[in-house]
Amino acid sequence: MTSLSRRAADSVVGQPIPHESAALHVTGDALYTDDLSVRTLGVLHAHPVQAPHAHARVTRLDPDPALTVPGVVRVLTAADVPGVNDAGVKHDEPLFPSEVMFFGHAVCWVLADTLEAARLGALAVEVDYEPLPSVVTVREAIEAGSFQGGQPRLERGQVDEAFVAAEHVFSGELDLAGQEHFYLETHCSLAHVDEGGQVFVQSSTQHPTETQQIVAHVLGLASHAVTVQCLRMGGGFGGKEMQPHGYAAVAALGAVLTGRPVRLRLTRTQDLTMTGKRHGFHAQWRAAFDADGRIQALDATLTSDGGWSLDLSEPVLARALCHVDNAYWIPHLRADGRIARTHKTSQTAFRGFGGPQGMLVIEDVLGRCAPLLGIDPVELRRRNFYAEGEATPYGQVVRHPERAVACWEQVLTTGELTERSAAIAAYNASHEHTKRALAVTPVKFGISFNFTAFNQAGALVHVYKDGSVLITHGGTEMGQGLHTKMLQVAATSLAVPLSLVRLAPTRTDKVPNTSATAASSGADLNGAAVKDACEQILERLRAVAAARLGVPAEDVRFEDGCARAASGAASGAAEVAWADLVSEAYYQRVQLWAAGFYRTEGLHWDSTRMQGSPFKYFSYGAAAAEVEVDGFTGAYRLRRVDIVHDVGDSLSPLVDLGQIEGGFVQGAGWLTLEDLRWDESSGPTRGRLATASASTYKLPSFSEMPEVFNVALLERATEDGVVYGSKAVGEPPLMLAMSVREALRQAAAAFGPDGTQVDLASPATPEAVFWAVQQARGAGQPPHTVAVVRGGRQGVGVAPERADPDGHPLRPHSEQVAAGRGD
Amino acid sequence: MTPGQRLSVTVNGTERGLAGTDPATNALDWLRGQGLTGAKEGCAEGECGACAVLVARPDGGSGTEWTAVNACLLPAASLDGQEVVTAEGLGTPQHLHPVQHEMAVRGGSQCGYCTPGFVCSMAAEYYRADRQDDAARVGSDADAHESGPNGFRLGALSGNLCRCTGYRPIRDAAFVLDSPAADDALASRRSSAPPPPVGTRLSGATGTYARAADLDEALELLAAHPGAAVVAGSTDWGVDVNLRGTRAPFVIGIDRLPELRRLEVDDEAVEIGAALTLTEVERELAGRIPLLDQVFPQFASRLIRNGATLGGNLGTGSPIGDLPPALLALEAVMVLASPDGDRQVPLADYWTGYRQSVRRPDELIRAVRIPLPLSPTTAFHKVAKRRYDDISSVAVAVALDVVDGSVRRARIGLGGVAATPVRALATEAALEGRAWTAATVQAAAEVMRGEGTPLDDHRASAAYRIAVLGTSLLRLHGDEQSADGVGA
Repeated sequence: MTSLSRRAADSVVGQPIPHESAALHVTGDALYTDDLSVRTLGVLHAHPVQAPHAHARVTRLDPDPALTVPGVVRVLTAADVPGVNDAGVKHDEPLFPSEVMFFGHAVCWVLADTLEAARLGALAVEVDYEPLPSVVTVREAIEAGSFQGGQPRLERGQVDEAFVAAEHVFSGELDLAGQEHFYLETHCSLAHVDEGGQVFVQSSTQHPTETQQIVAHVLGLASHAVTVQCLRMGGGFGGKEMQPHGYAAVAALGAVLTGRPVRLRLTRTQDLTMTGKRHGFHAQWRAAFDADGRIQALDATLTSDGGWSLDLSEPVLARALCHVDNAYWIPHLRADGRIARTHKTSQTAFRGFGGPQGMLVIEDVLGRCAPLLGIDPVELRRRNFYAEGEATPYGQVVRHPERAVACWEQVLTTGELTERSAAIAAYNASHEHTKRALAVTPVKFGISFNFTAFNQAGALVHVYKDGSVLITHGGTEMGQGLHTKMLQVAATSLAVPLSLVRLAPTRTDKVPNTSATAASSGADLNGAAVKDACEQILERLRAVAAARLGVPAEDVRFEDGCARAASGAASGAAEVAWADLVSEAYYQRVQLWAAGFYRTEGLHWDSTRMQGSPFKYFSYGAAAAEVEVDGFTGAYRLRRVDIVHDVGDSLSPLVDLGQIEGGFVQGAGWLTLEDLRWDESSGPTRGRLATASASTYKLPSFSEMPEVFNVALLERATEDGVVYGSKAVGEPPLMLAMSVREALRQAAAAFGPDGTQVDLASPATPEAVFWAVQQARGAGQPPHTVAVVRGGRQGVGVAPERADPDGHPLRPHSEQVAAGRGD
Repeated sequence: MTPGQRLSVTVNGTERGLAGTDPATNALDWLRGQGLTGAKEGCAEGECGACAVLVARPDGGSGTEWTAVNACLLPAASLDGQEVVTAEGLGTPQHLHPVQHEMAVRGGSQCGYCTPGFVCSMAAEYYRADRQDDAARVGSDADAHESGPNGFRLGALSGNLCRCTGYRPIRDAAFVLDSPAADDALASRRSSAPPPPVGTRLSGATGTYARAADLDEALELLAAHPGAAVVAGSTDWGVDVNLRGTRAPFVIGIDRLPELRRLEVDDEAVEIGAALTLTEVERELAGRIPLLDQVFPQFASRLIRNGATLGGNLGTGSPIGDLPPALLALEAVMVLASPDGDRQVPLADYWTGYRQSVRRPDELIRAVRIPLPLSPTTAFHKVAKRRYDDISSVAVAVALDVVDGSVRRARIGLGGVAATPVRALATEAALEGRAWTAATVQAAAEVMRGEGTPLDDHRASAAYRIAVLGTSLLRLHGDEQSADGVGA
């Protein structure tokens, strides 16, 4: 085992401690960016002028009327930008645009003494627009050939030959929805100019270094003239990886131009209408199976809805393609990807980062094909798992595939699958109007940034003369418990009590050139960097201790807040307490702080060929979900969920449990409840987000929590080569929620005869489930189908159909391409 | 109020002045401006609960109930003379309140942004006087998910959203709470009277907030300021102010008018005061109107019901409110007060169009009368995406008299299918005088599919609305036929 992954028994890592800020959270003492505004004198408030067109040219912008509104101080426009007028890293996101690219695009910002004055000032700004043709849905974009960025292909084997040779071939289509992050804290930045022109921006950002970089290029400054700090975020989920930069830049620009602090906080509706979301996707697929239901080939085209600019759409797409296999061995595979350019918000990172969309395709394939193959879905999935030695379609050997099996088998056992399946069958036989179903789905998720350079991290550890320890690292805290884990890592590395370690806020002037806290990698990367810094300090202290203990340096052991002789046969002191040791080291002029660094070894990725080993390892999990569906309305309840998830040796079990449960519920929200609707009509508000507030965009509440919720961490799961044997946990559990969607599909099917296959729109709202039930009952679709009502995005797609209603549905070698629904 | 009297709110035991506050400023912004930044803005429309605080309100007897409300919706001025407790006032990091302690140690917070609001909602339920009585009743499996062994009802948290935890640890924290300690100051506060309503007049740049002392003064103000915004719980008005930028030159606060806060029962009718909150109506009805008991748990959230009033819900005239269909099925009658006295208008005749009614500008809704006796067979079916705190796609309320196997009387109210809430008159006719059988129900269900003119929108398609209109009676009939209630 590597020294990085080794841990002593009874370490501080591994203890189930509460979040390091829990006491501050519950008392309201924890400060978020906007809480700093009311503690800052003379703050100006920023308010956007949002365009009422999906696509238009700005032909005139007159800010002067706003300046007559009492309290308005300045209107920021493109003319004010001293540096680069761009909010992104690809130079396709003008900060102050001359061309409106989505409904609600901010064309300028008003600064005023009060938010009310800024709002009234924004209403007073006069803007003339020349409307232009717009592309709103992915299907429209496909039709119009409106794409952006690269169009990668992931390919392995002889796909076409495999289809010819296969026993069964099915094809289908799937429109899967995007998702709003709905972090409870909306985007917020507070900027001011320090002495000497140093710009200081407090921002709710997952990527302070990139926020710093964008602020600097907008202001025309070098990075060393801009400092970005993030105390904590009220949730991020990927939504604050790229999106905060422009808002931080507007606040910073205002501060530079007015000399006053500027606060820019989006209201919920502004946040919903202006910031990027999870990419919706359109997927077209053909799948080949052998006689036993083993997948032989998959040919899929995934088109993501990128919105108006690229943002992170390319890496999101790459991850989607790299996860279209999920946990399954697919010998022949071809997956094409492309990014639709639409006149919508620029879609961005969201927990899972394309992985969920890719995995949903294969789970949809298996869920739809199981009844056609006549194989129980649990058995069909299990039969296709990766085995030892097999590699992913992009050529990375799947290490520890037995852990996927272990999670699966444990969840079948603890979830009492056999008994409950029988109980469900009995229930369904005796209930005409409600049906239950239980589905099990696996997760295999690759950990590391696909973009190799991001897999590095830094940390700064200070030991003060009194023995107290202050750590800083490059990661940000958004509720995921990263800071808690880093405190545990530092206390473990230094062998001191947790109470001795304190953590300072994330700032770009403490640790530079950091990567986004994203890709679930925060603890892996920053933990290793913190550990590195601690170990450097310990090495220096070792010499001091050796002299005191009278033993060779290699015989010094650090444990329980002391330095002790390994043999117990010290010729000097029996032990030296940490504080004494530190004090003595100071007087001996020993450096008591260190900068730590870590880079993930062994990664390589060729993004052109879509081949390589982009991931350090895979995280595994399995979930079993039971639902009950009401046939009258399609309403449903999530009766019970059992999860077994692999987090390696947990750094912080209470934190990890929270990530698994929270990720699962968030995933269930995406797949069942959360329903982004855009105006797809040709009316004057075309392109407007129709669900632009909390009253119309519904995320899970208490009523969506599983009634019984059992989560277990996979045991004996030490991950070699990762900090203290742990694994990443942020994203993978989200995809466990696919079990809920599959259970809903099966429950809807249970309203029909055995072997019924149903399509299920995504999200599987009660209405979508209702139509699936109707389909199962043979009632067909209503005159008004879901697809028509919702336009392209929500269409249920083309279903694989039984080719032969006489009981020979699966003719060998016959490709069963389904008929279109004829909407 | 006495001229020159100090406008103030007692927050966490300390009196803080309201002078200089604009009438359009909500309580959340005011508290945050005071440096009490524990309460957060998550949505500014009463959906997320991150802004929840506790207010000392009447408990229905002579004492006080700590009531959780959405601070983002309340005009700060409406808190004049009141007592407020925020998360900061419940405990400190060194001395956590029991609710805060359980939330902290069980992983009830992750990002922490929603947490102060959750803590306040949870504290309100912690201090609910009859929670211990409920504890004794809990025990059946059906309740296990919704109520804790300590009598804690999860519905108390239905107006709080958390995006991080998945709720399980918050539920666990709620369900292990003990009774307040003997020396708990907030628990002791409950036994004395809440602060009385005070007359308030606060003027600022956007206009004036005025709280009348009694109905006569309110009617005088209304006469003097035609077009004034009449505001009770402010759960609708607050949304207009925050999200739509609506500003009224004159706001009349009627939430504490004694004449609008009575619930009276006689042989003829139950008369419910228009300014009673839905929480108070539910408490004071005590199960007397079973149909309404089906509505309450599905009506928005506890945080909203603690502010929203019956008069407000009818006064806004939303076609998708949850109470109108039920009140239509109950044949409710509106009591409108004006300087000329009261007049009564059947609810079925009250609305004239989208958010339009027969109420004259000088009239206030004083009460709603529900005639007795009640029809014995009732059902309320709300179809929405989310079970807690969502707006109906379709709402159906049914009240039937089934005598000797045949339907003697049928009253059906519908929401979400037309510009106003409507009675399903054709369906009623298809039921009345016929045997209460599957065949009758099937035929009536077909008629019901044709009621109203449902639209396609972001909540549901018209086709779905029509379909579930059609299944509602089948579901009611099925429920009535099956003893175990399967299918509900």
